[in-house]
Amino acid sequence: MLGEGAHRLDELARSGREDGDMGIITRGFGGRREPEAAALPPGQYLTRDFPVLTAGPTQYVDTADWSFTITTETGDRTTWSWADLMALTSEDIETDIHCVTRWSKLGTRWHGVPVDTVLEHIETAADYLMAHSYGGYTTNLPLEDVLDGKAWLAYGYADGPLPVEHGGPLRLLVPHLYFWKSAKWLNGFTLLTSDEPGFWEGFGYHNHGDPWREERYDGD
Amino acid sequence: MTEQSASNSLDGNAAAGPFTDVFGFDVSTVLVTCGGCRASAVFAEQRAFLGGPGTVLRCPGCDHLLARVVQTTDELWLDMSGSSCWRFPLEASTA
Repeated sequence: MLGEGAHRLDELARSGREDGDMGIITRGFGGRREPEAAALPPGQYLTRDFPVLTAGPTQYVDTADWSFTITTETGDRTTWSWADLMALTSEDIETDIHCVTRWSKLGTRWHGVPVDTVLEHIETAADYLMAHSYGGYTTNLPLEDVLDGKAWLAYGYADGPLPVEHGGPLRLLVPHLYFWKSAKWLNGFTLLTSDEPGFWEGFGYHNHGDPWREERYDGD
Repeated sequence: MTEQSASNSLDGNAAAGPFTDVFGFDVSTVLVTCGGCRASAVFAEQRAFLGGPGTVLRCPGCDHLLARVVQTTDELWLDMSGSSCWRFPLEASTA
């Protein structure tokens, strides 16, 4: 384990230099060392920024016009307005996030409603969902990856509302998978009895996207 | 319902690299016709979205997805299904 930890620290220090971000790691002086260093999945480097990556234009959606709809495999639809969603019990989330483009950001703080809450009263035999966003982006997930406190409808970041460039007013947050699964500008789920690939999953990227197993690309 | 902004996009030149990797020559002067609104513009004047996680080309007029490229460990993936036509100047493809 020591060897593994040291290896990760080496990787982190190296990638920090490549990123021009000196001072992330101080080694050999008995000085400050990031306590979270060993928390990086394989092939990832630490960033303190929050890069903005999108496959399309930023979507500006006023909360007065916003809605979130779950459509079941039988076509039943349940829709929440912004006021409906704000009335649901929400919670703070502190978590690490990992992008398939190799940056990781540790200890990010979010606020939102557990996905369990909106699926609670939906009758379904589905095992999968397709998340949909304003602007047309899609990403697919097994239900088991969004239930039991593993995913949220997030509308707060740090101590404020979620900024639009990061998916506000609301995005999906599935922090245990690569961040392309955490769809920005979320507006619905379609529940599916058989899995279907989303925007990136059908085009070179891994269907599941577990950063700890380095499930980056199709075939990994 | 939504207002869309060009603030997070670049012009097509920014996406030329990954597409040039696929075709083997500079694609910036290729005329691309949108499969959505049928507008045509040279590649360099289309809209590019980089690194999210692949490279995406969209129509500047209607935001329709024109094409995308992904580089995996050992392959380049090319999707041109959103564009109806690519017209390659012969001087570009033979340069």
